[in-house]
Amino acid sequence: MISPTRLGAIARKELLQLRRDVRSLILAFLLPLVLTMVFGAAISLDVREIPFAVLDRDRSPASRELVEAFTASSYFTLLGELDRPADADRLLRRGEARLILSIPPAYARDLSSGRGARVQALVDGSDANTATIAINYADAITAGVAARAAGAGQPSPITAEARVWYNEALESARTIVPGLVAVIMAIIAAMLTALTIAREWERGTMEQLAATPVRRVEVVVGKLVPYVAIGLIDLAMVTLLGVLVFDVPLRGNVLLLAGIALVFIIGMLSFGILISSALKSQLLATQIALMATYLPTFLLSGFIFAIANMPLVLRALSYLVPARYFVVVTRGIFLKDVGLGVLWPQVLGLVIYAAVAFALAVRAFRKELA
Amino acid sequence: MRISGARVGRMVHKELRQMFRDIRMRGLIFVAPLIQLVVFGYAVSTDVRQVPTFVVDYDRTPASRQLVDWITASGYFRVSGVSDRSGDLRAALEDRSATVALEIPRGYADDVAAGRAAAVQVLVDGTDSNTGNIALSYIVRIVQRAGADMVRAPAGVSLEARAWYNPALESRVYNVPAVMGLLLLLITMLLTALGVVREREIGTWDQLLVSPVSATELMLGKVIPVALVGLLDLVLVSTAAILWFQIPLRGSPLVLLAAALPFLIAGLSIGLIISTLSNTQQEAFMSSFLVLLPALIFSGFMFPVSSMPQAFQHATLLNPVRHFLVVVRSVFLKGTGFADHWEQYLALYAMAGAGLWFGVSRFRRMVGA
Repeated sequence: MISPTRLGAIARKELLQLRRDVRSLILAFLLPLVLTMVFGAAISLDVREIPFAVLDRDRSPASRELVEAFTASSYFTLLGELDRPADADRLLRRGEARLILSIPPAYARDLSSGRGARVQALVDGSDANTATIAINYADAITAGVAARAAGAGQPSPITAEARVWYNEALESARTIVPGLVAVIMAIIAAMLTALTIAREWERGTMEQLAATPVRRVEVVVGKLVPYVAIGLIDLAMVTLLGVLVFDVPLRGNVLLLAGIALVFIIGMLSFGILISSALKSQLLATQIALMATYLPTFLLSGFIFAIANMPLVLRALSYLVPARYFVVVTRGIFLKDVGLGVLWPQVLGLVIYAAVAFALAVRAFRKELA
Repeated sequence: MRISGARVGRMVHKELRQMFRDIRMRGLIFVAPLIQLVVFGYAVSTDVRQVPTFVVDYDRTPASRQLVDWITASGYFRVSGVSDRSGDLRAALEDRSATVALEIPRGYADDVAAGRAAAVQVLVDGTDSNTGNIALSYIVRIVQRAGADMVRAPAGVSLEARAWYNPALESRVYNVPAVMGLLLLLITMLLTALGVVREREIGTWDQLLVSPVSATELMLGKVIPVALVGLLDLVLVSTAAILWFQIPLRGSPLVLLAAALPFLIAGLSIGLIISTLSNTQQEAFMSSFLVLLPALIFSGFMFPVSSMPQAFQHATLLNPVRHFLVVVRSVFLKGTGFADHWEQYLALYAMAGAGLWFGVSRFRRMVGA
C-alpha cells in the first residue's frame, strides 16, 4: 500500500531541494512567461505586404490599372517601378523584392484586341512559403482584372465567399499559444525532472534514500508531485497570458482542459524520471532528455509544422510523441469548443502514454535500488 | 605578453585528443549534427499539398461537379467527404477530418448560366494559421481563375508565374541550409562552455593554472580546437545537405566560409562568456539553452523576420544567426557573391570582434591574469 505520510515526506523533501535551487525555479516559472510573450507577440508565419516591383514596358492606362489592383490588395506593397530587367535580377537576388510583375510592351493592345495578354510574375522561390502565397494572390488578382475587363463592369460569374472558422483572422498567436503548454512541459521534463534521480546518484544521497523505509512507487510519486504542481501552475499562467494579453479565446471547458493536461504532465514528467534513473549522470540525462522530449515536441507535434506534410517515417514517429495528442486537445478546447466526444482518441493516447511512462519509471528505479 | 605557438599547439593537441577519446563526444560531434539535419530537414516543412476538403453540394449539377473537379485537379486539395447536410460539414471541421469545406448553394448552375455571380462558400479551419492561410490563397485563386475562364474573355489576362532559385517551391530547399546555422552555433557554444566548466568541475583546471601557460594561451588552446570541430561540422553538414537533400550549392564556398568564420567566433565567444558565469556543467547547459532558444526563434529560420512586429525586426539585427542565415541561404540558392553580402559581413565581423573582446576579458578575469 502507498502510505500518504511517506509520500508526503518524499514530496516535501523534493520541494525543499527545489526551493534551494533558485536557477531551476526561475527556469520553471520565468520560462513559460518569456516563451508565451515571445511566441505570442513576435512569432508569425503570416504573409502580408509582400514587397514587389513593377517592370512596366507598356506604360498604358491598362497596365497601370493592373498595378493598381496589386497595390490595392493588402498582400502586396509596391517598392517602385523598374526601368531595366537587370534591376529585377538585383532586387530578387538581394531579397529586397519577393515578386517582380513584368508587363510586356503590347499589353494594352493585346488586351483590347482580344488576343489575350500575358504578364509575368518573377518570384523569389527560395522561401517557398511566401512564394506560394505570393503566386496565388498574384494570379487571383490578375484573374479578377481579366474578368472585369471581359465583363466590362459586370461581376465575376463565380465568387468565393471565404470564411475562416475558429481563428477568424488567421492569427498565428491563436495557433501557437494553445500548443505552448506542451513545449513548456517538455522543457521542464528535460531540465528539471530528468535530473531528480541522477542528482541523488551523483551527490551520493541515493544510499540514504535506499536505506529509508519507503517503497519505490512512493519515491517516484513523491518526486513527481512537486513537478506536477509546477506544471499545473505553468498551464494556468500560459492560459491566463494567452487569454488576457493575446486575446486567444478559451471557448471550451476549462476543467476538461485541466484534467487532460494533468494526464499529459504526468506522462511527460514520468518520462523524465525514467531517463534520470536509467542514466544516473546529470549531464547525459539533460542531453538525452532534450533530444528525446524537447526536439520531438517542438518539431513532431504539429505545434508549428503540420504533420500531414511530413514523410511517412516522421509521421509514424509522431504517434510516439505525446505532445502530438495534447496539441490537438488544447487547440480543440481553446478554439473549437469540442469535448470528449471528439477528443477521445487523443485522450486515450495520452492515458496510455502516461501509464506506460509511469510504469517504466517505477521499474527502472526499482532495478537501480536492488 | 608573448604568446608561444608551441605551448598553444600542445594545448590544442591535448584538447583534441581529449575530445575524440570519448565516444559520447564523438557522437555529439559527428552523429548528432547529421541526425538533426535530417530531422529538421524533413520536419520543418510549410508545404501544403492534398488538403482534405469536405464538399457539400446542394446543387448537384454538372456545373457544380466541374467546380469541384477544378479544385481537386490542382493537386492542392483532395475530397475527404461528400454530404448534403451542413451538419456533417461542421463535424468534419471539428474532428479535423477536413481542413477546408466547400459549400455550393442550390441554384449555382442557374446563376452561373445567367451571369448572376454565383457565390460558393469556402470554410477554412483556422486553428493551424499557416495551413489555413495557404489553403485559402489557393482556393481563392482557383475559383477566381474559373470565373475568369468562364466569361471567356475576349481580352483575358494570363499570369505566367516563374519561381526563381527554387522552381518546385519546396520549403526544404530553404530550410536545410539554415539548419547549418543552428548546428554551428550549438556545437561551438556548447563545446566551449562545457569544455571549460568540466575542467573546473573535475578539478583539472587548477593543474592548467599552475602550468606555465598564460591566460591568453589557455583561452586559445580551448577555443581553437572547437573552431576546428566547427569547421569540420560545416563541411560534413554541407556535404550531407548537397548529397542527401540535393540542395544546390550555386555560389562559391569561399563566400560561405567568409561568413562562417566570424559566426564560429561569435559562437565561441558566447560559450566563453557562459563558461565564466557557470559553476557546473548543468548550469552551463541550461544557460546555453536559454541563449539558443531566442537565437533560433529570432533568426528567420522557422519564422520569417519580415512577419515580426517592427521592434522585434530591429532586435533581430543583433542576432548573428540571422545574418549568417541570409548568407548561407543566398549562397546556396541564389549563388550570391561577396559584394551582395557586405552588410552581413560587417555585422558578423563586428559581433565576432565585440564578443571575443568581451569573452576574453571575462575569461582573463576569471583566470586571474
